[in-house]
Amino acid sequence: MQPKPGSVPFDFDQLTVSDVSRFYGRRRALSHVSMALRAGEIVGLLGPNGAGKSTLLSLLATLLVPSAGCVRYGDRTAREAGAALRAQVGFLSHELQLYPELTARENLEFSAGLYGLVDASRRIGNALEQAKLTNRADEPILSFSRGMRQRLALERVLLHTPRLVLLDEPFTGLDESSSRSLTDRLHELRDRCQLVLLATHDLDTVDGVVDRAVMLREGHVMQLDDSGGSLRERYREGLSRGRRI
Amino acid sequence: MNQRILTGLLVVGAVMFVVAPVLIALAPYESTMGLVQKIFYFHVPVWFMMFLAVFICGIASGVYLFKEKPTADRLAVSAAELAVLFGLLGLTTGPLWARVSWGLWWPWDARTTLALILEMNFIAYLLLRKYGGPGSEKLAAGLAIFGMFNVPFVYVSVNVWRTLHPQTTVVPTLPLEMGAPFWFSVLAYLILFLVMLGVRRRLEEQRAVIDRLHLSLEEGYSS
Amino acid sequence: MGEFFRVAWLVTCKDFRVESRSREMLYTTTFFATSCVLVFSFAFVRGGQPIAGAEAGIVWVALAYSGQLALGRVFERELHHDALRGLLLSPVDRAAIFVGKLLGIVFLMVIVEMVVVFFVSLFFSATLFQYVPEFLALMITGTVGFASVGALFAAMLARTQSRAVLLPVLLYPVTVPVLIAGVSGTVALAQADPNLDLAHFWIALIVVFDVVFLTLSLWTFEPLMTE
Repeated sequence: MQPKPGSVPFDFDQLTVSDVSRFYGRRRALSHVSMALRAGEIVGLLGPNGAGKSTLLSLLATLLVPSAGCVRYGDRTAREAGAALRAQVGFLSHELQLYPELTARENLEFSAGLYGLVDASRRIGNALEQAKLTNRADEPILSFSRGMRQRLALERVLLHTPRLVLLDEPFTGLDESSSRSLTDRLHELRDRCQLVLLATHDLDTVDGVVDRAVMLREGHVMQLDDSGGSLRERYREGLSRGRRI
Repeated sequence: MNQRILTGLLVVGAVMFVVAPVLIALAPYESTMGLVQKIFYFHVPVWFMMFLAVFICGIASGVYLFKEKPTADRLAVSAAELAVLFGLLGLTTGPLWARVSWGLWWPWDARTTLALILEMNFIAYLLLRKYGGPGSEKLAAGLAIFGMFNVPFVYVSVNVWRTLHPQTTVVPTLPLEMGAPFWFSVLAYLILFLVMLGVRRRLEEQRAVIDRLHLSLEEGYSS
Repeated sequence: MGEFFRVAWLVTCKDFRVESRSREMLYTTTFFATSCVLVFSFAFVRGGQPIAGAEAGIVWVALAYSGQLALGRVFERELHHDALRGLLLSPVDRAAIFVGKLLGIVFLMVIVEMVVVFFVSLFFSATLFQYVPEFLALMITGTVGFASVGALFAAMLARTQSRAVLLPVLLYPVTVPVLIAGVSGTVALAQADPNLDLAHFWIALIVVFDVVFLTLSLWTFEPLMTE
């Protein structure tokens, strides 16, 4: 008996975005975006507000469909890979996707149930430890600070060890020590050959975290100056030159 | 549907609409209702067109929702507007007939009421497209499919509920002197319907072309 | 199939758990339904006597209004923390998510119905319980039909502008057959000379409606939730 399409576990080590556009009527959110991600690297997605960073992340997470162009996960598109692809994607959105009435543990348990994780208790225990929330695991997250929720949300996203990790402004609301922990976590993901793409405004924090950066402006990929200097300097230079790739 | 076919149909339809009142005037009077019954030659074809529009919209919406063909969406929105228009004509001629025949403006019988519901369904479709924001074409397609599947419930109601409305089986049992002008009217309205559908669909196609031009123009300016 | 129902049940249990912490929807929906009954009472009671047959209509209108309110709120809650997208990101059959939400909504509406029926029976001295199995069948099948369509529309409108006003605009024309059949069936059961055959017919009609529209909802949920 043939397995259903998408029910066979699916994995990939490269993400290729080819000439992807996303528009509605006359409004263009993304325009001819091309880029590639490889396993074992952390890529920063930079750009001003309204550049299309969140749209691109949602699109790569398969929540949006491109109006033109194609995204390949390994050698397959989202449609070809089916639901099994979603098991390999972790997306931390700006809104965190947590239920405030539930406790930290319950949020993680629900996620483990959705992803059909067999060793859920162990993973949940580790996740709570990583998020430094073991002592507050059974409190409703309504009472948590933004930083605590952010840490929990990240662990929820990583619970099913996705191959592709998409993070929208992950450093928001984190204090210095939490930022350092997140940086270490990201390096761990890279060492485990996961693909990491993080969108951020926080250029100083991610400088030294990301291996390379892609810049978006008004839906287009812009050339980031690679003449050296800090990420902030290169970003400013890229914005002022405004040269598209 | 290209320009030539549409023009041809328009001419034929126009001629038929000139001839139809003559045929209707020459048709015999119905025994119980007299002159007012002749509104039947307008009222029923208009409802036929409304149901046709509902099914075209529903099927095109299904194609758009599952196959994602933009041409299907353009056909669907054109058909939805015609469903609302012809429905409005039916809901206007109906009470006029009802008032004279049965003494009530609105008989509150099953078929009239549920036809009103169908009209509201497709007005809701247009409201959703207008106010739903980006991506509302797909959602409206879902609504149109539901509206289409609601139609059998309209039809069943006639046969189940005893109503003031003439029974559904009136049309197949028409004598020839009434049948000929009736089917002539139906054909005239069908041609009008097809012309309006073709023209409206072309308008949507042209809108899509303009949107594409806008997008490429933007590209040209900013590169 | 087992996986499908496992996921649906997981979503339903999560909804129960969330609701049990705040009970916001239970209280507000029940209170709103009771307010509807009160308002209609003032409209349909003349000289201290209720208009004959009004109680059937009031039950179903109160349910339609409070059901629509609950539907909007259920999905607004998911939208609030982007939790709906979190659900859509998971590798489960999306129709299972729909069934999970639907079960929770049906359960909530059944509780609200019990309160509405109690107050209508009280205010109108209505004889709604002459034929309990038929009455229950009518209420439950009617609720499933209304909620199936409502849950789909509320989910698809969740990401739309003007969703609060668009939900009733879309919902009522499609669910009117259920409401008509529900009212007519209730009248047939509650009237002085009950007509059981007619009531059975209306129940059968609603069951057909439920099968058709539940199938449609399951079938269209995935494409409608994909942007």
